[in-house]
Amino acid sequence: MEVFATALPALGDAWALILQPIVLGYLVLGVVMGLAVGVFPGLGGIAGLSLLLPFMFGMDPILGLALMIGMVAVVPTSDTFASVLMGIPGSSASQATVLDGFPMAKKGEAARALSAAFASSLFGGLVGATFLTMFILIARPIVLAFGLPEMLMITILGLSMVAILAGRIPLKGVAAAGLGLMVGTIGEADAGGSLRMATYDIPYLTDGLKLVIVGLGIFAVPEIVSLLRQDRSIAKGASLGAGWLDGVKDWFANIWLSVRCSIIGVIVGVIPGLGGSVVDWIAYGHSVQTTKDKSNFGKGEVRGVIGPESSNNAKEGGGLVPTLLFGIPGSGSMAIFIGAVALLGSGDIEVGPSMLKDNLDITYSIVWLLALANVVGTILCIAASGGIAKLTTIRFTYLAPFLFMLISFAAFQSGQNFEDLLALFVIGLIGTFLRRFDWSRPAFLIGFVLSNPVEKFTNQAFQIASFRFRKSFSEGMEYVFSPIVIVLIVITVVSVILGIRQAKMIMAEGDVQAGTKRAPLVFLLVIMAYLIVALVNANMIPDYNMTDKIIPLVIGSVSLFCCVILLIQMTRRPEGDAIFADKEIAGEDASAPHGLWSTLAWFASLIAATWVVGFILALLGFLIAFFRIRAGASWQMTLILTACGIGFMCVMAGALNRDFPPGLLQGMVDLPWPLK
Amino acid sequence: MTISNFTRRAVVGLIAAAGMAAPVAAEVDFSGKTIEWVIPFSETGGSAKWANFFAPLLSEALPGQPTVVVKFMPGAGSTKGANWFQEQEHDDGTLLFGTSGSTQFPYLLSDPRVRYEYNDWIPVMASGTGGVAYLNPEDGAKFDGSANALKDTSFIYGSQGATRLDLVPLLAWQMLGMDVEPVFGIKGRGDGRLMFERGEANIDYQTSSGYLGGSAPLVEAGQAVPMMTWGALDADGNIVRDPTFPDIPTFKEVCEATDGCETSGEAWDAWKAFFVAGFPVQKLAFLPGDTPQEVVDAYTAAFQAVTERGDFADISSKRVGKYPVFVGDGSKSALQTATNVDDNAKAYVLNWLKDSYGVELN
Repeated sequence: MEVFATALPALGDAWALILQPIVLGYLVLGVVMGLAVGVFPGLGGIAGLSLLLPFMFGMDPILGLALMIGMVAVVPTSDTFASVLMGIPGSSASQATVLDGFPMAKKGEAARALSAAFASSLFGGLVGATFLTMFILIARPIVLAFGLPEMLMITILGLSMVAILAGRIPLKGVAAAGLGLMVGTIGEADAGGSLRMATYDIPYLTDGLKLVIVGLGIFAVPEIVSLLRQDRSIAKGASLGAGWLDGVKDWFANIWLSVRCSIIGVIVGVIPGLGGSVVDWIAYGHSVQTTKDKSNFGKGEVRGVIGPESSNNAKEGGGLVPTLLFGIPGSGSMAIFIGAVALLGSGDIEVGPSMLKDNLDITYSIVWLLALANVVGTILCIAASGGIAKLTTIRFTYLAPFLFMLISFAAFQSGQNFEDLLALFVIGLIGTFLRRFDWSRPAFLIGFVLSNPVEKFTNQAFQIASFRFRKSFSEGMEYVFSPIVIVLIVITVVSVILGIRQAKMIMAEGDVQAGTKRAPLVFLLVIMAYLIVALVNANMIPDYNMTDKIIPLVIGSVSLFCCVILLIQMTRRPEGDAIFADKEIAGEDASAPHGLWSTLAWFASLIAATWVVGFILALLGFLIAFFRIRAGASWQMTLILTACGIGFMCVMAGALNRDFPPGLLQGMVDLPWPLK
Repeated sequence: MTISNFTRRAVVGLIAAAGMAAPVAAEVDFSGKTIEWVIPFSETGGSAKWANFFAPLLSEALPGQPTVVVKFMPGAGSTKGANWFQEQEHDDGTLLFGTSGSTQFPYLLSDPRVRYEYNDWIPVMASGTGGVAYLNPEDGAKFDGSANALKDTSFIYGSQGATRLDLVPLLAWQMLGMDVEPVFGIKGRGDGRLMFERGEANIDYQTSSGYLGGSAPLVEAGQAVPMMTWGALDADGNIVRDPTFPDIPTFKEVCEATDGCETSGEAWDAWKAFFVAGFPVQKLAFLPGDTPQEVVDAYTAAFQAVTERGDFADISSKRVGKYPVFVGDGSKSALQTATNVDDNAKAYVLNWLKDSYGVELN
């Protein structure tokens, strides 16, 4: 009761602060800006917030908070557009949405998928805020109960979702996840600084690959290439079926799923250090496990959209707990948010423990501004979804060059290197082949996303555990097997067992026909070759840096072992067995009018031209050539579309104060922006 | 020349220069231009906070009130951005570059990735910070101003890496004879503090602002006991109590009180050299090496005007800490102090890194 006595007046104060017309005006302004920024996949909140920072200095705190929160809150909502319509995972929060959202768009149900996603987002945001209002008061000890072993177990729970998403041949799924984990270890190790599959001569690799690039490469590039080859619209037959009202009804019919996933979102979001990388996969896994008829997952099951989308907005609310109470940002945008809060007003608001004691009204304002921003953002998004869904009826050849433009720009923003584009292409190639041979791409991505947390938490938990065991055996056991850990182990084991049973029914790539032995076998051998090289490379790390080599060695060996078994199976099974799945044998890809390589060559040409003349000039040539030659458009049409593309790029990049990739030309001559 | 002599002279110059740098009315005009302040870290770090604090103030103070935007170029622990800046030439004075201790340390330790040379650049502003180490209450009770009673305890410390700023606390604890085992792979000091709060680590350190925001409340609540600060430098280059924490002894005092720890000799000189490079002169703002004098003067005058604002002490203490900001010649001396470590100190640290953590930087 004592808790209520302090909470209720503060909550009242918070509402009094929020419900001023000018505050609401700033909130709406922030939301609109956030939506505009959110259309750029992979840029989102960080770019937007950086843009606002200069204005935060000395600003009235509540106005500044309204503006910033408005912007941050809608990014996980607005990036759903890219996930559902184009199959582009806008951020780590919307990866799982792609799995069922994009197939729905292909079926002509884009509006339905979008509105179901938005309704879920809205609801998740509200559930999150309600939960937080109470929880934030007692959150500190609970957050502190999550030590390294607990975080490791949550990461492993996330990893166990591979079982569900492994596809028809579980071994292939495990190997794909292992490969993802191994790709995630590329670069300088966190612990000892050893280099893995990298050299100081190629500085780009020492930082490792960025999630944005891997997400775009694994999901977006293969889909764009495949659709482009088929030369059709995203929605088959270019017609739109179910409308936005159906999506809202779908959400309402699955409201309890939405509630559960929202709670999952808040709880995982609350734990610092995990952030959004696991939550949507756990929510997706939960959605699959609680659905009776699982046959539609991966082919456009609306529950596969509702689950992750309910969780990812709730997660933003949960993420406020570590941010506000501990001053530890749960995500990149939250980190800027912390920095910006210090600039507000007279600088009196300092995130950290004092937020509860001295600034409880501000804390509550933040929580409910976030919820309110969700409402505003969602209403705007639902209103727009019917119209934007029409994009899926356009002939894809007219969309593809713009998508290549967008993903190249997004990739470049992650590291501001030309190598970002190369990496995008190479990962895109890997993604294309994973898709072709029915290796689970979600499993690969889960592996990649969780590679760093798995390694970090394992090493650190091991180090502290051995320290405790040295003190006494019981102290060590107490540390490693806390009640939370035991509960998580049980959940993980159950979900793996259920997952393996159900995996065969969930075909993320659709029903892929099997064909001849050669192509799948060659791909397997290439993967094995990479694993062997990576293993040898890891083994060369000196033993005193055991923390840097143990994870790549173990994971690499397990993956290689899976590959060896697959190899044996491949040699013994007849052609036509499911193990030889190959999209080029039959189906949409096989009957496509355009070849894989010639289509990829278009993308490659954009990157190669960028290397020579810089992005904007390369884009100019690329768009003109593509519309004229590939799309067969008239000169008039070509020039209009090209001007639109370049204009859009320049306006957005100019507003966000971003650069374009420079080429050799820019190294020799000084050109004015945007050419520089 | 020994390191302490050098430091003293540099600091004397630095303090003197900071006091009398006379702003000259320059004929440079930035009207309508956009100044890019490039930070070789991500949007989320302390350097971002630092640059974002100064950017709007600088914009007001520069002739023509240009827009100052902060740009981020993270990579390879700031070596990527610094290597990039090394290649830049003066264009129209609209490029400013910021570095931090994490840029200084790889340079001092001859990291193979370093392709930049501090002496090629023109510093226009420098600012510093301090640091506080603290213990959990149980071990804190054993702390009596010396580390004598702490030598039998095993400590765990969440660390960002032995070659980073954490070199300073790790070396200090080792000199005190304490058994501190670093758990590497922490992403920021905030994560280290969280590890301490969870009881997984039992010793921690924070820079001044981090301590004030997150750790001081722990001390008030009896969940942490401050042990020592790294100290601050006086005009003679001596380590004195940190003005932000006058009640907490410095490492120097604790070392003097502890058996077997000496405030002279090569270990001490090495520690002090890296402390000076990492804390009192932690962050610097640079112009490219070939920038004409009048542009340099314009920036110097602008930063001078910023530090002379009536409210500067007030707004800066809350956002970047109560530490001196050096401009003009002061920042030059500061740079000298921060980037010159004598070969013995360097060799000692390289050797210590190799023996204790197996780190070899070549």
